[in-house]
Amino acid sequence: MAASTLLDDLPIADADARSPGRLGMILVIATEASFFAYLLFAYFYLASMAPGAWPPAGAPSLHLALPNTFILIASSATIWWSEIGIRKGNQTQLRLGLLMTLILGIAFLALQAIEYSHQTFSPDSGAYGSLFFTITGFHGAHVFVGLLMNIVIQVRAWCGHFSEKHHLAVSNIALYWHFVDGVWIVVFASLYLSPRLG
Amino acid sequence: MLRPTPFSSLHGSNRSFPRVAVTAGFILTTASCARAPAIFGTYGLAADRIAVLGWVFTIVGCAVLAVVSVLLVMALTRRRKRIAESDESTLEYSGSDHAVRWILIGGIAIPAVILFFTFLVTLVIQAEVSSPPRKAVATIEVTGHRWWWEAKYVEADSSETAITANEIHVPVGEPVRLVLLSADVIHSFWVPRLAGKTDVIPGSRNTMWIQADKPGVYWGECAEYCGLQHSHMNFTVVAESPEAFRSWLAIQRQPAAVATDTATDTLIARGLDTFRRSGCAACHSIRGTDAQGRIGPDLTHLASRNLIAAGTLTNTRGNLAGWISNAQALKPGSGMPAMKLSSQDLKTLLAYLETLK
Amino acid sequence: MAVTTAPMESTEQLNRIWETRPGLFGVLGTVDHKTIGKRYLITAFVFFLLGGLAASVMRWQLSRPEMHLLSPEAYNQLFTMHGVTMIFLFASPILSGFSNYLWPLMIGARDMAFPRVNALSYWTFVMSGIFIYSSVLIGQAPDGGWFAYVPMTELAYSPGLNMDFYALGMIFLSISTTIGAINFVVTFFKLRAPGMSLNRVPVILWGTLSASVMIVFAAPALTAACILLFFDRHFGMHFFDAASGGQPLLWQHLFWMFGHPWVYIVVLPAIGLASDMIPTFARRPLVGYTFVVLSTITTAILGFGVWVHHMFATGLPQMAMTFFSAASMMIAIPSGVSIFAWIATLWHGRPRFRTPLLFLGGFIILFVIGGINGVMTAPVPFDWQLTDSYFIVAHIHYVLVGINVFPVFGALYYWLPKMTGRMLSERIGRWVFWLMFIGANVAFFPMHITGMLGMPRRIYTYQAGLGWTDLNVITTVGAYIFALGVGLFIFDFFRSLKHGAIAGNNPWDAPTLEWSVSSPPPPYNFAVIPVVRSRHPLWAERLGEASSTAGPELPVLEDGRETIGTSMLDSRPQEVLLMPEDSIWPFLLSSALLVFFYGILTSLWWLAIIGAVGLATTMTGWFWPSAPPDDHSRLLPVES
Repeated sequence: MAASTLLDDLPIADADARSPGRLGMILVIATEASFFAYLLFAYFYLASMAPGAWPPAGAPSLHLALPNTFILIASSATIWWSEIGIRKGNQTQLRLGLLMTLILGIAFLALQAIEYSHQTFSPDSGAYGSLFFTITGFHGAHVFVGLLMNIVIQVRAWCGHFSEKHHLAVSNIALYWHFVDGVWIVVFASLYLSPRLG
Repeated sequence: MLRPTPFSSLHGSNRSFPRVAVTAGFILTTASCARAPAIFGTYGLAADRIAVLGWVFTIVGCAVLAVVSVLLVMALTRRRKRIAESDESTLEYSGSDHAVRWILIGGIAIPAVILFFTFLVTLVIQAEVSSPPRKAVATIEVTGHRWWWEAKYVEADSSETAITANEIHVPVGEPVRLVLLSADVIHSFWVPRLAGKTDVIPGSRNTMWIQADKPGVYWGECAEYCGLQHSHMNFTVVAESPEAFRSWLAIQRQPAAVATDTATDTLIARGLDTFRRSGCAACHSIRGTDAQGRIGPDLTHLASRNLIAAGTLTNTRGNLAGWISNAQALKPGSGMPAMKLSSQDLKTLLAYLETLK
Repeated sequence: MAVTTAPMESTEQLNRIWETRPGLFGVLGTVDHKTIGKRYLITAFVFFLLGGLAASVMRWQLSRPEMHLLSPEAYNQLFTMHGVTMIFLFASPILSGFSNYLWPLMIGARDMAFPRVNALSYWTFVMSGIFIYSSVLIGQAPDGGWFAYVPMTELAYSPGLNMDFYALGMIFLSISTTIGAINFVVTFFKLRAPGMSLNRVPVILWGTLSASVMIVFAAPALTAACILLFFDRHFGMHFFDAASGGQPLLWQHLFWMFGHPWVYIVVLPAIGLASDMIPTFARRPLVGYTFVVLSTITTAILGFGVWVHHMFATGLPQMAMTFFSAASMMIAIPSGVSIFAWIATLWHGRPRFRTPLLFLGGFIILFVIGGINGVMTAPVPFDWQLTDSYFIVAHIHYVLVGINVFPVFGALYYWLPKMTGRMLSERIGRWVFWLMFIGANVAFFPMHITGMLGMPRRIYTYQAGLGWTDLNVITTVGAYIFALGVGLFIFDFFRSLKHGAIAGNNPWDAPTLEWSVSSPPPPYNFAVIPVVRSRHPLWAERLGEASSTAGPELPVLEDGRETIGTSMLDSRPQEVLLMPEDSIWPFLLSSALLVFFYGILTSLWWLAIIGAVGLATTMTGWFWPSAPPDDHSRLLPVES
């Protein structure tokens, strides 16, 4: 190792994309993604073993779920926009983006609650109902946790904790939010779209 | 030879052996004697083929263990004499290039070759045992319950189905198809001397085939943990000549015989009355009577069986009395309650049950 | 490599910075990986003794036919708790203890990447263990087996709290395991000392890294399964009940998709420990280091592709079973690679017989036996005879005692001197080894035969006349001989604390970095973060490796709790990392989780909500920064 390259300016607590905290969040996402993968395995396994029609009452309706999907995708765009803002040191863009993400996230949960109340099946009506509510429910729980973290980050933003160089918490929570969005797309494709194929 | 622990009866002795419907060609040294289980020294076609596979793996495995152990001991001891002489702080560094050959040959090449060939043998045997040599001569629906085995001989054209419990008869030298069901939790049907095991899973229909090649009584077990009395969920497979088998099956299909001996008629009639009064029919069925309970074993031909309580006791008067009086002492947690019967009632009940040949 | 010493004022300053705060706050709030590592070791060892106690009672019950020492229910709780304790509360945490203690010292760092997460993983471990064992106090310990097959563990057949303790306890414990694993992965990639490129990393790190990556992907399967079981039991759902579209086999798939990787998780770090100890006693570097590392990683990957071999008797399609059978045979090859690497190292070395080497020799033999009897279960038809019999009990104990317990005891004799500063007794050590080795073989070898004679697993008693009695007596005797060995070790441990020989920095003349610091190490580990130029830093000169001492040194990092963050592959320094002070948040967060899980267990929903609110509060407090971050970077001078 050449002496001159060994020890130049070493930043202190750089907290950027190469930092331990970032890798930690990536691994948290990996393990949570695996959790959903196993839930979806349960779904497809029970579907493959089902003696009758699957889903028993036909594919679930898209009329709330499809708009909800767009809402969630939009919320990923707003949090991405807020992260771009803080990377340039723009505090207003950061706060506004987070707030819009929060509103869209709440809208998602509200629409999902309405959809739940209209379902013809329940968690205890059979294996399909159990799967539907458990999978979408755990996704909703992850959205809820993401919104709680969003609120905390907004409070911290108002306290001036974030700057152009130091905003790892924002990046990490944005990454988590994109993950939650990604899970929804897979869940949506599996529960709502795949029964409609063939 | 297995002889299940006899119960020291509260009510009498073990003097009378059950009158088993024995016919020519089927010899038992004692009525309740079954071959102790084992996966080598087998008596069934499937188990025989599997045992060959087992011997291949066991012998190869032992050889590998011997070679590796010798190498390890040699590696540890070959330079011992010289260690004491030299400086302990000296490090050895003779270069790893040829030492890596150990890994390539011993760790990769040889295991790969051994595993490849043993896998080929596996595929051959697996193909052999996956289906019977010819079409099965009988189909038996076996249902696992907590903690006993129900067996139903399925015939397309028969008006009466033979239903029995914990004792399955098969004709020697003929494949028999088993359809495996569960009434509650997962159990596993295992007769080591005849075949490998297959689980019974609620909501599923598993099938296997079994063929016994020598007459005898073979010990069977439940091999999947199923609760309190998993340890006492045994059964026997009785292999007999095809003629003996057909006679046995014909008898098992019949409903309960009506006793004709007038001298004991009253005793037996009172026994049937005890049976009804005591609530036995809530769990047990005796075909030909109004007892149609499905929770416990079918008792129509109870007296023809060698063992009771799922292989726990020999089927003697004393054991039967003890089982009826206090099953919970023998098999705590089982579905059979301790029946509070007067000794007179018990006597009549036993007399009646003994007619169920 | 010469240890770089620092001026006296620096070591005093470093002591002040890194020492744990005194008093209760220090006890509850320490984030020192060495303390956490020792706590893991002690706690896991206590669980080992509890699991062993259960086994001792079981062996008495099974020593003769139709014994009435235990009722069937008592036996079922004992064998379930024996499995749960050994497999979950001992086998993995004991390895975490070693990894936690040793990693920073071996990689030249001041602590793990996330010291507070480290503390949290310990607190959640011990609290989940308390949660599970509290079931024993009310006589409702889990009784469905450590594998908890449905439908028997559904509410209809298991109406008590037993299986709720199991399901919730497993979820609780998996939090500990998962965050611990994440900590190891990040530490591996970000905290190695400058110059410690991937080919210079001790094998224990590769073993724990592989296990940790496996945990990240496998643990959620058990969490999912336990959640689904809890939902079936208490919210009327139907995941596993066939009558309503569920499948009993869904549980088995999910459980074994976790369970099979888990068995590699509990042995790969131990294999790493062995690979790092053998060179010291062979007096030479490990033969085939790259092969051993690759075989560890290969096993970790292949370990995800064999789970169906636990289900060969369930009536699955032949084609599927054949694939998994082939994979189960293939996975033997990486094991063979490691075994021959060790034999080659000893063959081409000059073995120096000390107690750790005895345990390592025993470990290799037991590993081979366990590997062979495992391969014997890979062919599907033969597995139809062997599965669910005592043959499998033989297999699991040969691999668990052989590949986990024996390296652990070797590691205790090897590394306890580093932790306590005192050597254990060689003389007593030999007795401990032989009692354990003979005891293990006398206990478990006969089980091959009992299994082949048809004895099924998980039975609380058996009948006379089946040919099993004598073998069971022998097994029981072996178990008690083994227990005697363990007891003798405990005696030796306590004796050594007062009367053991002083260890010094490097009593074994070993090559890795942890032996360059004092025994026990100072709280800051290294006054100067070393620059690594060899796989065997302390042997480099004698092995004739070039440039072992020349080169630039890092300055003493003494402005608060600091260590160096490096790049993932070749370990170039990238930044100075600020490490946290002692913190009460991990203890509080674990306590909130304990309250939460008790709330769910007892259906006292208000209690669960209190726990959840506590969880959210402590997490917010944890991540709230205590001071605004420093924006300017520091220039570190290069000394030539």
